[in-house]
Amino acid sequence: MKNIEVPALARVEGEGGLYIGLENGKAVEIRLDIYEPPRFFEGFLRDRFLQEVPDITARICGICPVAYQMSAAYALENALGVKISPQARALRRLMYCAEYIESHALHIYMLQAPDLLGKESALELAVEAPDVVKKALRLKKIGNELLKAIGGRSVHPVNVCVGGFYSWPDEKAIKSLFPDLEWGLQAALDTVKLALTFEYPFLEIDYEFVALHHPDEYGVIEGDVLSSKGRKLSIAEYETGYIEEHVRHSNALHSHTVDSNTYLVGPLARLNLNHEQLMPNAKKALQESGIQLPLKNPYKSLIARGIELVHFYEEAIQLVKEYKPTGPAHIELKLKAGEGSGATEAPRGLLYHRYKIDGNGMVQFAKITPPTAQNLPRIEADLFALAPRIINMPEAQATLTAEHLVRSYDPCISCATHFLKLRVEEK
Amino acid sequence: MKHKKPTVAVYKFSSCDGCQLSILNMEDELLNLVDAIDIAFFLEATRAQRPGPYDIAIVEGSITTPHEIERIKEVRAQAKTVIALGTCATAGGIQALRNFADAEEYANVVYAHPEYLHYLKTSTPIAEHILVDLELWGCPVNKAQVIEVIVALLNNRRPNLPPHSVCLECKRRNTTCVIVDKGIPCIGPVTQAGCGAICPAMGRGCYGCFGPAREVNTNSMAAMLQKMERYPGETVRLFRGISGYAPTFRTIADEVLSTSKEAK
Repeated sequence: MKNIEVPALARVEGEGGLYIGLENGKAVEIRLDIYEPPRFFEGFLRDRFLQEVPDITARICGICPVAYQMSAAYALENALGVKISPQARALRRLMYCAEYIESHALHIYMLQAPDLLGKESALELAVEAPDVVKKALRLKKIGNELLKAIGGRSVHPVNVCVGGFYSWPDEKAIKSLFPDLEWGLQAALDTVKLALTFEYPFLEIDYEFVALHHPDEYGVIEGDVLSSKGRKLSIAEYETGYIEEHVRHSNALHSHTVDSNTYLVGPLARLNLNHEQLMPNAKKALQESGIQLPLKNPYKSLIARGIELVHFYEEAIQLVKEYKPTGPAHIELKLKAGEGSGATEAPRGLLYHRYKIDGNGMVQFAKITPPTAQNLPRIEADLFALAPRIINMPEAQATLTAEHLVRSYDPCISCATHFLKLRVEEK
Repeated sequence: MKHKKPTVAVYKFSSCDGCQLSILNMEDELLNLVDAIDIAFFLEATRAQRPGPYDIAIVEGSITTPHEIERIKEVRAQAKTVIALGTCATAGGIQALRNFADAEEYANVVYAHPEYLHYLKTSTPIAEHILVDLELWGCPVNKAQVIEVIVALLNNRRPNLPPHSVCLECKRRNTTCVIVDKGIPCIGPVTQAGCGAICPAMGRGCYGCFGPAREVNTNSMAAMLQKMERYPGETVRLFRGISGYAPTFRTIADEVLSTSKEAK
């Protein structure tokens, strides 16, 4: 069979291509070409005022702007040595719930499910199953509406600041979403049931899973960076365990652990490491699914996203119930020179930021490690593992299976433009 | 009589995907939209691709690589109407901040082997490279405006987009002026409406996502802002932000910088 080539990957965020070179029935070359151009955020963040940073980093990714705002805000709050109020923290979690709902509903139904149903897109699916697609759109819309109520708009919301929020969202506007969220919880539970009926390609990988872990809640903001190999680091220690390198011959920044392993971040890592912290309905859905953890099939990250969708609808309901804005929405900041790191769980995995600021609050140094940058070496290794299974398939099916694998990671290529022409050659 | 649906291609250049996402976020209208137009190429939404020519090309992102210069010419050659979608496409976007700095130095900061990168020293709007038929500003665009543009095109009429500044939107939603009331720097008076004045409504200043409004007095705006700066250089940074490379904003930022240098 011929080489597998996908010049332009569809239904991913950002643009990239895929090439698998075969020789005598073996994959000899795998290349994930990221032609998404570099935008130099870490360059132009320097000499900006710290309060501008969340607005600027949001623009790294239109699909998960909240994650970029949150990691930046926490890193800068750590640099100043301040902690936001418990109410502001609860609102940050609610805002994150909204982003998870919007992003996971988009990925499950519009980006990945078409592969499992033999469709080119959700729009094509809408022709024969309009009710499923309408339900999916409503599931997604509720996340966007909640984001809008908190942040003014769903893409690049404007309410997050270093120190908390600019102002408390209107209580009535937040509470009015309650019936929609209750509907969404049921629809999310149905999503898990639907996800369990799909037939997933077989692939099991012995991953090292890495995610934020918090003893009292499903790890999203704050906590420790936990690895399934037992390594537990504080967020401030992240860079002692996980290293980003510009690898010779690969033209790419490459994340790996200190002991040179690839590792996986994202929904599978979170579910496997943090399932005990799931909300009751999500935990029940997981138990009833009969899934044995750790879940090791990358294609089945769709199921993990489904369970998380239940969790975040459920958590959003609780937070909306408890929402009662009191006191100032943000703390007053006293500027001083410092350095701080922050990590939160973007829907597609751990997102780490570190900044140095001077005494006037101007950024001197910025470092951003996006989830997809950490996952790309793993995607490439998965493609090698997949190759022997697909080389005897008809070409179209082989191509789709490889493409589907990349899509199942929900890669955000716009975020990860540290990667250019990832190239692996077997010598 | 049933007309043939116009074919539409959606392209991405240097950007965050947020404006394309605004199309997918039309949860209430998306299925009606695909009844009215024929999506022939839209990578973020579908694997299905049909070759051009197309009736409408919607372009997200700015031009930042030599390859993109070639690609955008190809887009023009294939489309009857080209729409630049969002502030990257209309003004170069946030990545145009490199235009005021040394892009090579940025590459050295971010990458260990900058020699592997292919990039231009500037990030430029689509209209600097090809003829653009319609520009829709916003970071991100307002999806109601996207729908208005598509509906206008389908009906062969001019789209109805607000020509005024953010100030009027504040008045409409009864937001007290943050400059007057709280002394918060805000460039809403010189920024195009379209967002719904969400920032002042939250008690913060506008930072210019929708680009400069027409015929505005940026000198007066800058003079006022300089008196109320919360940190040194805030006025320049407000103009040199999301829409910083838009001519109106970049001119005033340059002027403020050169006069403050003279003053020193």
